This record gives sequence, C-alpha cells and structure tokens, in this order.
Amino acid sequence: MRRVPILRIGDCLVVTVYADLDDGSAITLRDDLTREVARIGARGVLIDVSALDVVDSFGARMLGDVARTVSVMDAETVISGLAPAVAMTLVEMGVTIPATRTALDAESGLKLLGIAVARGSAPPRGPSG
Amino acid sequence: MTLRQVSDLVLLRQRLRATLSSADAFTLTRILTVASELGRNCVVHGGGGHCDIEPDAPLAGHLRLRFVDTGPGIEDVEAALIDGYSTTGSLGLGLGGARRLSDAFDLHTASGRGTRVTVVLACSA
Repeated sequence: MRRVPILRIGDCLVVTVYADLDDGSAITLRDDLTREVARIGARGVLIDVSALDVVDSFGARMLGDVARTVSVMDAETVISGLAPAVAMTLVEMGVTIPATRTALDAESGLKLLGIAVARGSAPPRGPSG
Repeated sequence: MTLRQVSDLVLLRQRLRATLSSADAFTLTRILTVASELGRNCVVHGGGGHCDIEPDAPLAGHLRLRFVDTGPGIEDVEAALIDGYSTTGSLGLGLGGARRLSDAFDLHTASGRGTRVTVVLACSA
C-alpha cells in the first residue's frame, strides 16, 4: 500500500502520482484528497500523472470521483501530464473524466489554478569564481 | 501468474513491462490497459484466477494473454460488452474497451464454470 503525499500550495492541493498504484492506494488517495479539500477549504486540486504509463477505467473513475466530489465543495480539479499514449488509450476505451480540466504539464496546471509560477533563471547564490 | 487480489494487478503490469521492454509507449500502454481491465474482471467478478503471458504467440511480434477464472461466469455476455453496463457500479467500459484495444478477442463463459478471455495484441512494428 502506497500513500501519495499531498502538498498544499496557497489554497490549492497538489499531488504527483509518482508510481503505478494498486486499487486500494488509488482509493486512499481519492479519500485523502477529498477530505483534505474539505479540511482546508481548498479552491483547486492539481493531480499530476506524468509518471504513469497506464490509467485504466478504474483509475479514470477514481480521478473523476475526486473531481466531482470536490466540485460540489466549490473546488476545481486539473489533471496534468497525461502521456499521449495514455490519453489516446483512454479515448479508444471510451473513457472520459468528467468535471476536470487538463494541462500539458504541472506548470501549466498550476497556472490554470491561478498559482503564479515564476519564470527565468534562479537568483545568484553568492560570489562565483 | 496467479491473480488473487486487485493488488496482483500491479505485479501483472510489472511482469508485462519486463516482457515488453522494447515496445513503444503506445503499444505498452495499450497492453497494460487491456491486462488491467481483464485482470480486474478476473479478480472482482471471477473470484480470482490466473493470467498466462505468451510472447510471440500466435506469431512473432504479437503477445497473447489468457485470463482464466473459475467464478460464476458471465450471465449475459452481450450486455457485458456494452459500454456502460456494470454490475458493480464501475464505468462499465472495461470489457468492451479491452475488446476494442485488442487485435483479437475471444471470450468463453458458462454459468457456474468460469470465464476464459484470450486476447492477442501486436507488439512490434
């Protein structure tokens, strides 16, 4: 059983599904996320799935469950980083994930949720040479 | 390999990734998805069973997967293949979706005598 850590950024929650989850872990993530949205009154949830090479109908249902549940609590869900192969396979399967917006990557997803993302090089860390 | 509980699906997917180490992303995802759907049916509806993985069957560049359970069988196969049909509250897209993603799909079921699903997927150019 894996437990996916949930990060809080401003009034949003961010998770990276970093590994292939078994069904039980996916259910736990769904329940943890919805509970946490209620607890902090989150306005947005970003779920990054760029590490996944498979999202089957069960995984899609878990994502849709999160999105529909938190939408009732006035929070929106963005799914980022769906691999092209995964997206195409979901379409071929006829699976849709309702109540979600999608973003190409986590950075675009954060922007969709209204979280400012600074661009450019990192500030210098002190004298060089 | 034996499929007794849904967590065995993770092991099945790991086994397939190792078997298909040279496959492209689209092929790998398609095969992992089909295996997940049929493997889950095996566990959830069939009460467990097993999956045989046969590379290069029935011919080179293909993969044959056979899912066998000894559960109650599928009462209405036609209905089970219809998108949205479910007896468990799921999306009802697993069986029909797996058939669409596969290059060959064969299903045998008998009341009280289990279900056997055999699929073939192309896995190299």
